[in-house]
Amino acid sequence: MPENVFAPWNDPAEKPLIQFKNVTKRFGDFTAVDDLSIDIYEKEFFALLGPSGCGKTTMMRMLAGFEKPTSGTILLDGKDISPIPPNKRSVNMMFQSYALFPHLTVYDNIAFGLKRSDMPKDQIDDRVQKMLKLVQIEKFAKRKPEQISGGQRQRVALARALAKAPKLLLLDEPLSALDKKLRQDTQFELMDIQEKTGTTFVIVTHDQEEAMTVASRVAVMNFGKLIQVDTPTQIYEAPNSTYVADFIGDVNIITGHAVGVNQTETIGSNDTETVSITWAEGQQPIIATTAQPTLTGKVSFVIRPEKLNITAERPSDASNAFQGKVLDIAYLGNLSTYHVEMPDGQIIKAQATNARRRANRAFTWEDEVWLSWTDTAGVVIAE
Amino acid sequence: MNWRRISLIAVPYLWLAALFLVPFLIVFKISLSDIALSIPPYTPTLDLSEGWSGLRNMISQLDFENFEFLADDDLYWKSYLSSLQIALISTFFCLLVGFPIAYGMANAPQEWQPTLMLLVILPFWTSFLIRVYSLIGLLSNEGMINQFLMWLGLINEPLTILNTNYAVYIGIVYTYCPFMILPIYATLIKLDGSLLEAAEDLGCSRTEAFWRITVPLSKAGIIAGCFLVFIPALGEFVIPSLLGGSDTLMIGKVLFEEFFSNRDWPVASAVAVILLLILIIPIVMYQRNEQRRIEAEQ
Repeated sequence: MPENVFAPWNDPAEKPLIQFKNVTKRFGDFTAVDDLSIDIYEKEFFALLGPSGCGKTTMMRMLAGFEKPTSGTILLDGKDISPIPPNKRSVNMMFQSYALFPHLTVYDNIAFGLKRSDMPKDQIDDRVQKMLKLVQIEKFAKRKPEQISGGQRQRVALARALAKAPKLLLLDEPLSALDKKLRQDTQFELMDIQEKTGTTFVIVTHDQEEAMTVASRVAVMNFGKLIQVDTPTQIYEAPNSTYVADFIGDVNIITGHAVGVNQTETIGSNDTETVSITWAEGQQPIIATTAQPTLTGKVSFVIRPEKLNITAERPSDASNAFQGKVLDIAYLGNLSTYHVEMPDGQIIKAQATNARRRANRAFTWEDEVWLSWTDTAGVVIAE
Repeated sequence: MNWRRISLIAVPYLWLAALFLVPFLIVFKISLSDIALSIPPYTPTLDLSEGWSGLRNMISQLDFENFEFLADDDLYWKSYLSSLQIALISTFFCLLVGFPIAYGMANAPQEWQPTLMLLVILPFWTSFLIRVYSLIGLLSNEGMINQFLMWLGLINEPLTILNTNYAVYIGIVYTYCPFMILPIYATLIKLDGSLLEAAEDLGCSRTEAFWRITVPLSKAGIIAGCFLVFIPALGEFVIPSLLGGSDTLMIGKVLFEEFFSNRDWPVASAVAVILLLILIIPIVMYQRNEQRRIEAEQ
């Protein structure tokens, strides 16, 4: 792996900034966070991703100090933070509702935290000006929150949370109130600001696209547990469970029975093994490679729609090729998604890029087509 | 402007004219008249049968003698001042009692709030007079409070509360507290809890967050509550006359005595006109505050 790649989680010498050690949080008889351990490193942009009620907000609120863990410890810089009240932690939070003080101007909102610290008065002004500039809202310094737009409020909230230069910045669904276009622009800006300030960001979101875009690592959560913690690419390309595969992006999940084929290859440092998966009566088995040796028995074969080729004729060189009938076409502009029905009734989604404008659409409803993919296109997951 | 719009606006204005402006003009006219032993007990009266000359004749007899009298006799301006003082102090204590109650209500569990609200409004189901009379039973020398304190052994002889200004304060605070509680509660209930968390997150202690966030954001409710207590308390008549002593000077009481004991309608009217002028200031201020509050909410 090249030296300049940011991956402190792979470096055993690196000390984590935040450590969750067997943290459990219960509200009455509801367990929000269940015996969870995780390390988050300095300068990371860490995303907690999951459906509502999965415990991601509770984790963030424990970091901010608004909730105390029922058991387990949370370390910040090696120190247990549970006895420290929220106002004494070097952690700031950007709230989902922004929580801007309506009776204060933008300037005073940003200065609010600094005035509570022991920073000398003349330095406060410098710092506020710097923050205003960082998020490009100098023009609105004298306005009240109600007099600016949603996007500008989001910037004020970010500037206010960053003003005290916290070790850790928590972002609770920071972009959910913005419309899609603005959200995408802001995601890049957020990454930019994170890089400029070098602050560790922990973001909570239910929007998988957002998590994938901004984060250096993503933790997928469900029912208070971590399902997978990995880089966005790994989460997408190598999900460790059908839950993660299904939660992130569009996916075909085909269940079947795997039998090992004696054929071991070495790609990079990983040994891979080829398996053949019987998945439907009267069909050729699916040939796939897997990093997990001797994976046999009941499995799920997971493949992303964009990894499939859709052709009119049977391709000669593909390891896997199956014929089906086009049932539905979803035209998305840049892409089209074809729902192809297999003879046994299973529906497989395939995506094709609309690279050419006004091309004669190759396939239409009821057309017989061939779906094909290579043996490395999908992931085999044990059930 | 079209007719529909004019007729729509005309309704409240006609209402105001008939029920406020006309009565006020009558009172104002009486305040410029002289006392007389007749029915009604003042002169001049308007003789409509004489037409225009009758009106001119009446106006020529009006003068500001009564207002000069009010200025000369220190009883009146002393009662005005004393009323102001009593109203201000009562308002302050109402706030002191009402704010914590409103705060407690707003932070109580959701399912309790309707009940708490009901408890605040409940006293209104009983006649105001009966409630003031029952205060006499509580506050008098033989009243329950004194008996209880003596039974505890805290005091040896009864405290004189009834017929002093203290009783008046207690009466006003007790009677008008709901008017303080309700507007403050209305603003506190709308306060976004994440604002307090944000304040804490930015380095405020809980107490500091209360003073820097909760209090400024409930300002409109506090101001509304203060005016709702201050304005009626200033002209209050029943409470000082039932609970207060002979040395309790309040303009409402003076007004009543001028009208019904002295039957001096012109002087009483002059007192009322001045009282109204004094009250206009806080009423206008209250209106402005309400307007600003509504604008802020939009």
